[in-house]
Amino acid sequence: MAEAGLPLALSIPLTAQAAQSLRIGQRVQLSGVVYTARDAAHQRLAEALAAGEPLPIPLNDQVIYYVGPAPARPGQVIGPAGPTTAGRVDFFTPALLAHGLRGMIGKGKRSVAVRQAIVEHGAVYFVLVGGAAALISQHIRQSELVAYPDLGTEAIYRLRVEALLMVVANDAAGGDLYEAGQAQFRREVA
Amino acid sequence: MRTLDVSEVSARVREAVQAINFHTPAPVLVQLNDVRLNEPSEAGRLAMHDIVVNRQVASEMQVPMCQDTGMVVVFVDLGQDLRLTGGDLRAAIMEGVRQGYAEGYLRKSVVAEPLFERRNTGDNTPAVVHFDLNPGDHLRLTVAAKGFGAENMSRVRVLTPANRLEALKREVVQVVQDAGPNACPPVVVGVGLGGTLEMAALLAKKALMRAVGQRHPEPRYAELELELLDLVNRTGIGPQGWGGVNTALDVRIEYYPTHIAAVPVAINLDCHLQRHIDLEL
Repeated sequence: MAEAGLPLALSIPLTAQAAQSLRIGQRVQLSGVVYTARDAAHQRLAEALAAGEPLPIPLNDQVIYYVGPAPARPGQVIGPAGPTTAGRVDFFTPALLAHGLRGMIGKGKRSVAVRQAIVEHGAVYFVLVGGAAALISQHIRQSELVAYPDLGTEAIYRLRVEALLMVVANDAAGGDLYEAGQAQFRREVA
Repeated sequence: MRTLDVSEVSARVREAVQAINFHTPAPVLVQLNDVRLNEPSEAGRLAMHDIVVNRQVASEMQVPMCQDTGMVVVFVDLGQDLRLTGGDLRAAIMEGVRQGYAEGYLRKSVVAEPLFERRNTGDNTPAVVHFDLNPGDHLRLTVAAKGFGAENMSRVRVLTPANRLEALKREVVQVVQDAGPNACPPVVVGVGLGGTLEMAALLAKKALMRAVGQRHPEPRYAELELELLDLVNRTGIGPQGWGGVNTALDVRIEYYPTHIAAVPVAINLDCHLQRHIDLEL
């Protein structure tokens, strides 16, 4: 596992080369455009892919953020927007990675199938701190509705993020922050 | 006879649901700062740093700490000599939730029906309300905003009396282990023991409502809470599951008499946010 050290500045589009150089435990400051999608939006993206229909967002070298923001107060870009549990969209993820998706931002462990697809396609999964939504939303400069407005907080938004600080949790070499980190601190009962 | 207009209940609930989403009580801040300073895992300390700073940002900006602003749970302790006027107490609580979630720009996360359309009710009602009637003319409410990252990973089981203590310990560790990062550790573990199936679940939720640092009044249960806390913290899960020794902030047990044939056990997890407040009206 990488020493946390100074965060690495990365921008989107995220190339395969950039993604493949990342290692678990590394801190990254990400800037550029990310697309929001959680349970319901993934369902629709998967249906569109299966039907061979065009998607409402580009996937190639792009990053999806698993989030359902709280409403914005007047004058604010966005309400608190922290990560939701990634595992709930694991079922849909390998197909998106096969179509060029490069990065994902969420919280919590991924399935074996997703981890294999990350290795296969040279992708990366970043994690943010669950429940740190107010802090995270300060790094979101723009928010624009892109698709599925009927889904409310689950609609797809295009967010422009600036120096959003996150940690690499699954890398293209097959590393897993959760397994490595927990193994280091597990103690048998005396 | 003391009387109370239920519109006061609405007003207090309206304030409370916003306050618990925006602000951190001092003892909670002290508790989280202690963890941040004592956690040996570097990744764990990074997570705790964000958790603490986020609370300062949320409080200053009057925005919720987390985008999941929860489903509201209210425990009502009503003195049977209090006369309520001005309408229906349950409806007044719902009205407070409705107004608070609108006024505070809190996310509305409640769906009207669990299985088919799952249509959002649009105002975060209904809340889950538990009534308890007692002697006196008081009205006490405990108002909580329960996040579902942690609720999703909770569990109820009915154990048999044979080997109950070991089975209980295994069950508590297993639930925390299975929850892993999803429950947003460091978590609080509420353990409800005894009664019937639904009573155990209710006790587990009540255990989560206890103040920081408050142990069970019976020494053997207090000791068991600390033993379970140690067991849970040996899993290595740590803050956010990134590895560390602070997987849980606390384990709290509440119990009730039960049947000779069983040991109902409910384990309810709460994320590090611990959003709840006690009101006296």
